[in-house]
Amino acid sequence: MEEGKVISQSLQESAAAYSIIHEKFGSAISALDANETMPFFEVVDTLQWTEIALFMRDHPKLKFNYMACLSGVDYPTEEKLGIICNFESLALFNHKLAVKVKCARDGGSIPSVACVWHTANWHEREAYDMFGMTFTGHPELRRILCPDDWEGYPLRKDYKVQDQYHGIKVPY
Amino acid sequence: MGLLDAGITKHNMLVTSVDNVLNWARLSSLWPMGFGLACCAIEMMATNASNYDLERFGIFPRSSPRQSDLMIVAGTVTMKMAERVVRLYEQMPEPRYVLSMGSCSNCGGPYWEHGYHVLKGVDRIIPVDVYVPGCPPRPESLIGGLMKIQELIRMEQIGLSRADALKKLAEKSVDPRFIIERERTVVGA
Repeated sequence: MEEGKVISQSLQESAAAYSIIHEKFGSAISALDANETMPFFEVVDTLQWTEIALFMRDHPKLKFNYMACLSGVDYPTEEKLGIICNFESLALFNHKLAVKVKCARDGGSIPSVACVWHTANWHEREAYDMFGMTFTGHPELRRILCPDDWEGYPLRKDYKVQDQYHGIKVPY
Repeated sequence: MGLLDAGITKHNMLVTSVDNVLNWARLSSLWPMGFGLACCAIEMMATNASNYDLERFGIFPRSSPRQSDLMIVAGTVTMKMAERVVRLYEQMPEPRYVLSMGSCSNCGGPYWEHGYHVLKGVDRIIPVDVYVPGCPPRPESLIGGLMKIQELIRMEQIGLSRADALKKLAEKSVDPRFIIERERTVVGA
């Protein structure tokens, strides 16, 4: 933190929440990016993601009871895909955190947190539908928006639309 | 010219052709299928509701394709929906008419370039009789399109194909610019 910089109450609380998680998981998570908009950290040891999620939900001083969003991201330069999850603690605390989890671009997988927050169920299906990473432990991982037999993952940066779908021309 | 405009004699007798009677019956009770796909459907519902009151034309939505004469494709047709639209169209009994409402169903609209999931024009899968431009079209435009369908029905004859009826309609169509200009000068004067 730069000296003399005024930081908001909610950012301070978010940083405090982060230090509780960091105390428990240490090097499994990255340092906190303490920006005012959405403070975030990255899960370095992806395999521990579900455990971290459970800890974030159940720890009496964290109680992240609300997953506001789960978005997929494509990082073609890093050869990676990822998700960004936004958490809040409704009616309990003012802290909020975003968590990034990344995996390999080809055949990569991320542990599912659908068992921790039920919101994640459909959100992970959407991320899978649009980007193609798999979520291990997801109860029903199949496409949610595109038809089941759709080819490719539309929100990847290198996506090329298919010429025909069931005999119907797709491009303009 | 409506059939009733011809006037009915004291004996309730009226001499006309079978074509006229059939066309009059068909165009006076166009039942569209009640389904909407996107924001155009909101305008379609507004047109059906009391302010614009489609029932004065004998038009009111049916819940089954088997009872419908007209399909108003109101909104964005996704690739996933396209096959369902074809199935619904095939379930409609003939004679059936298709009105494509709004830019999306006309040609893909704002999704024409990057909409990987959007069908670029419903005429790629089913034959369209009347296109109504707009994004979305106002109720007046939709009513204009529906009246165009009525005009098309008026062109029909027994033994005449739909393509020929459409050709006849195109030949008989009047350029509205002159009428608009005339009205404008009258109002201006």
